[in-house]
Amino acid sequence: MKGPFDLRSYTGFRAITVLCLIVLYAPLIVVTVYSFNASQSLTNWEGLSLRWYADVFTGPESGKFKIAARNSFVIALIAASVATAIATLAATGMVRGGRFRGRALSFGLISLPIMVPEIVLAVATLIFFNAIGFDRGLLTILLAHIAFCIPFAYLPISARMQGIEDSYEQAAMDLYATRRQAFTRILLPLMMPGIISGFLLAFIVSLDDFIITNFVKGAGVETLPTAIFGSVKQGIKPNIMAISTLLLAVSVVMVTLSYLVGKSDNTK
Amino acid sequence: MAAGAASGGSATTDTYKDTRTWLLMPAWVTLSILVLAPVLMMLVYSFLTKEFRGGVIWDFSLDAYDQFFFDRGLFGDDPPRIEWTYVTIFWRSIWQAGVATLFSLLIGFPTAYFIATRPANLRPVWVFLITIPYWVNLLIRTVSMKFLLRDQGPLNDALIGIGLIDSPLHIVNTNLAVQLGLFYSYLPFMVLPIYAAVERYNFALSEAAADLYASKWVTLRRVLLPSVRPGVVAGCILVFVPSMGSFLAPDLLGGARNFMIGSLIEEQFKGNAGNWPFGAAASMILLSLVLIILMLSARQQARADKGGG
Amino acid sequence: MKPLMTCSAAALALALGANAAAAEGELVIYHWFEYIPQALLDQFSEETGIKVTMDTYDSNEAMLASLKAGGIGTYDVAVPGDYMVKIMAGEGLLDTMAEGELANKGNIAPEWADPGFDPGRQSSIPYQWGSTSFSVNRDVFDGDIQTTDILFNPPAELSGKINMLDSQGEVLAMAAIHMGIEQCSTDRDKLKALNAMLQDAKAHWASFNSDTAKEVLVSGDAAVGQIYDGFSAKARIEGANVEYAFPVQGYIAWMDNVVLLKDAPNRDSAIKFMDFLLEPENIAAVSNYAQYNAGVSGVADHLDPELAKQPEKNPHDKAGPAMFIEVCDEATQAVYDQIWTNLKK
Repeated sequence: MKGPFDLRSYTGFRAITVLCLIVLYAPLIVVTVYSFNASQSLTNWEGLSLRWYADVFTGPESGKFKIAARNSFVIALIAASVATAIATLAATGMVRGGRFRGRALSFGLISLPIMVPEIVLAVATLIFFNAIGFDRGLLTILLAHIAFCIPFAYLPISARMQGIEDSYEQAAMDLYATRRQAFTRILLPLMMPGIISGFLLAFIVSLDDFIITNFVKGAGVETLPTAIFGSVKQGIKPNIMAISTLLLAVSVVMVTLSYLVGKSDNTK
Repeated sequence: MAAGAASGGSATTDTYKDTRTWLLMPAWVTLSILVLAPVLMMLVYSFLTKEFRGGVIWDFSLDAYDQFFFDRGLFGDDPPRIEWTYVTIFWRSIWQAGVATLFSLLIGFPTAYFIATRPANLRPVWVFLITIPYWVNLLIRTVSMKFLLRDQGPLNDALIGIGLIDSPLHIVNTNLAVQLGLFYSYLPFMVLPIYAAVERYNFALSEAAADLYASKWVTLRRVLLPSVRPGVVAGCILVFVPSMGSFLAPDLLGGARNFMIGSLIEEQFKGNAGNWPFGAAASMILLSLVLIILMLSARQQARADKGGG
Repeated sequence: MKPLMTCSAAALALALGANAAAAEGELVIYHWFEYIPQALLDQFSEETGIKVTMDTYDSNEAMLASLKAGGIGTYDVAVPGDYMVKIMAGEGLLDTMAEGELANKGNIAPEWADPGFDPGRQSSIPYQWGSTSFSVNRDVFDGDIQTTDILFNPPAELSGKINMLDSQGEVLAMAAIHMGIEQCSTDRDKLKALNAMLQDAKAHWASFNSDTAKEVLVSGDAAVGQIYDGFSAKARIEGANVEYAFPVQGYIAWMDNVVLLKDAPNRDSAIKFMDFLLEPENIAAVSNYAQYNAGVSGVADHLDPELAKQPEKNPHDKAGPAMFIEVCDEATQAVYDQIWTNLKK
């Protein structure tokens, strides 16, 4: 804080950010607390217990959860990476490619996956895969995820690119950098916050998808959402809370690591 | 340069004009095969005859659209009148999604701005902090949210505890609960694109404005906001559009007493109704609506760019 | 980019490997979520050497949609509810078994051997059955609850505290029982009355939720909830002071069944699996897990003794008849779809 005359800070923005974090994390505190609940119920507290964690690791379904978690992360990682790569190229073409006929159409095509209700895309994709004789399995999930992750990666990336004047690249090229060098050395580093944002959004979208995955996956192939959705006749089991808490723990460790890395960068 | 930035900086440049096709090719190919082809198939389905209990019969029919726009009574043989049912459902969805987007913007913009003005090495940590909650499945998050908002839940307990209210606020199963649920479902989709845009913002522009005796809030509205508009627009699209078709938050938090578009369409494919052509037609109408909204906003932006540039 | 490529290649190999499954000694089950103990599947694999793969769904209709969209031919058996068996048979999605193919067919309890939805059990065997009615929180209301008025015309203290299942079949069937009209009525006056009655009743309802039907009762968010018997028992065991009603007008019965699907890739394995589930001790393991009832003779010896004593499984003397949800023809169904849309618009 540089005092009231700092142009960058607005009164209340910090408070709103704190509020935002409280809103984001409050439901997760509920999840974490109830993952230690001895009871079967999600709403009745019956004392502290680690039974649901034991259930996750040694219960009859532990094998299923392990494979599902691995599938989910592999798919989310690959789908988000590929979608981000495709989206970065597409954003370059759209924002740095001049005006051209079909630009609006291309934008429509890129945002198509978010405009079609998921259930429709799910049924349509399933019929489509069947029509072209494509066997359902991990690969079909991956392909579907790549496709619907593209707009989530594209929009932050292109929003970022629109804010970068091309004078930087022009200057580099005036100094005899090739266009490829200008792209990788100038544009790409400038784009990084947009690319990271896009990647993260694509990643969480893929990690969370249930409807499309459930339709296009092959028999016996599970991702975390398809494995943890409780049956209507059985209700949500508390071991799901334990799995969710474990996921949170993993992500918190990752953030801590990235914080430490960021810190050490700073000392250089 | 400053003028370009101030007008949103979205005027396209043509550095990559000659390789444009190749840059766009992967997106075109992927989306055409995996999304456009299935969607076109659904478009065809919306003009076919419904097969009882799901599926289609390959006979051309306008029944699905007729059902959407005309009311023929409980037994289907009254003289046709304008059908308001589905228009109402669409309007309800647009309204709920709109309010949720507004909430997201009001909370998301300051948050994104705050993050973008942190020291550079800490920004990724903040960005992660925003996305961590989304590692937990949406269903679980929504159920937990409902638990928090209950009449006897922690939120009401806390508000009563600090003496703000006397009796519990009734939130669950109201429109407000749906809006809060949608807001919560998609908040990072607002924060991250805005962050990506603000992070790039050149604060020299604000300083220039301040030198010209613009107040901080005027600077925010007149200088910063136009310059980061692409991020704001991207965030609004990413929150508004998926909100319109969503059904988990409306069902769990809103009590599913009234259909939203998402539940209506879901019901055509997964419910008793099993009316695929009608589900397809409703989706196509939704799709057209969203496309129109997007094109209008794109045109307005293009006009603003022209005016500013 | 390089590790990414390796990663993709690995995933591809994985996916292809998963697809190239040998057809011998395999069984592919299409089943509800969380409705069969994993230990039982393991036991089946151990006894027969057949490798079991299971895919899951969350509603009868979702399963039908997936099969009709091309899933048929992938799975050997599925577990549809009573009315869905009839629908699937009508859609030509079921295979029939010749007399004598199922060694344990004689184990089917006599009352379930010839159900209306699959006469003669040509394509199916019983899996689990139970009832759908409603439960009332006794802390909130201590009057008479053995009437469907509780749902459709509730006393003042329950109005606005009712959760209905978000399922057209169960809500409309219960409404028909309440009004004493047949489920697939074609009588216009009765249908209009049904439509009007539901519009009035909706004013008393707080929500339509199936997934959290139990949670809203346990948490106290709803004082009345339309619910399955086993679900209500769980709510009670978790501490909610709820009583499951068997209304004098009647209530809904349901039965899930294992069916042999058409074009089953591993038909022999499917038959073996159905025989396996007709062994009393095996199906009893399912009942003990899912807390519903089996339809196999001699199962009682293997059941958890607590299960049989549950109040949710023992209707009182004045309880009305238990009725299955009926399957209407297309024209009639269209009217019921319209009534449902009117209710939720």
